[in-house]
Amino acid sequence: MSMLPTKFAGGANDAAIALTTARVISIFAAALLGIFIVGGVGFSHIEAVHNAAHDYRHSMSFPCH
Amino acid sequence: MDYFRNIVLVAAIAGAIAGLGMTVAQQLTTVPLILKAEVYEQGAGAPAHDHGDQAAASAHSHGEAASGAAEEEGWAPADGFERTAFSVAANIVTGIGFALLLIAASELFGGIKDWRQGVFWGLAGFAVFTLAPGLGLPPELPAMPAAELAPRQLWWVATALCAAIALGLLVYQRSLVAVLAAIALLVVPHLIGAPQPASFATPIPEGLHHSFVVAVVVTTLLFWVLLGGMAGLFRGRFVHAS
Repeated sequence: MSMLPTKFAGGANDAAIALTTARVISIFAAALLGIFIVGGVGFSHIEAVHNAAHDYRHSMSFPCH
Repeated sequence: MDYFRNIVLVAAIAGAIAGLGMTVAQQLTTVPLILKAEVYEQGAGAPAHDHGDQAAASAHSHGEAASGAAEEEGWAPADGFERTAFSVAANIVTGIGFALLLIAASELFGGIKDWRQGVFWGLAGFAVFTLAPGLGLPPELPAMPAAELAPRQLWWVATALCAAIALGLLVYQRSLVAVLAAIALLVVPHLIGAPQPASFATPIPEGLHHSFVVAVVVTTLLFWVLLGGMAGLFRGRFVHAS
């Protein structure tokens, strides 16, 4: 597989860890998992889910009700 | 695969710690204010929850409005221990979710080097997920009027996404065009404007709402700083080695 930019932008003392395709796939998989979790708890329209996380939603200033 | 596993591991540890810390902060600050607001909500009855749609209003109430509310509402945790337990769970689970997003974003730019850099990544998360959407849709208490839920959620997500891209452009691009694009991304959601309710009439006293806004902003700030700091701390131990 091809290599993406091989140096991180801020990597002065952490030089040249390759941001390989495999790593990018892992990163996006992790981000998708995060979106799925936050979306499920904070944005689900299912009434029981809303009620369970009610105080959390208000406290995080998510759109609620 | 080790890399993915290590990201999840660091997110789980940092998210759990920040989620627990957030729970303590919420129980001391925001939750008592929510409970106070619910007293006003009960006193006001269903109309206070009107979202510009009478039919939806009763279904949206919190079960105190009228008889038969339990069937309309569906299941809800009982007040006291059960309710707190679900808040703890929600805090930890979403803490891990936000940690995954934060770590994923930071890995694209070289990863968080240490806890101090993590604090700044946390502040970025605070700006993206609290400040930017909160300008248009301030924290709200129960019994406060609001526009329909779905458009508000869409605006919220779009505004957070714009802010995240804008911060990325500001920090990692050097051209004037990138800076101008970033500023446009920060401003445009507010020019479009968040969905607002038809009327702002509410039984909630302004002082109570003000206290709540301050409590939400401060507790989420603590959450994000703790989350970023912990992610930086544990990333050095797990992701670096892989």
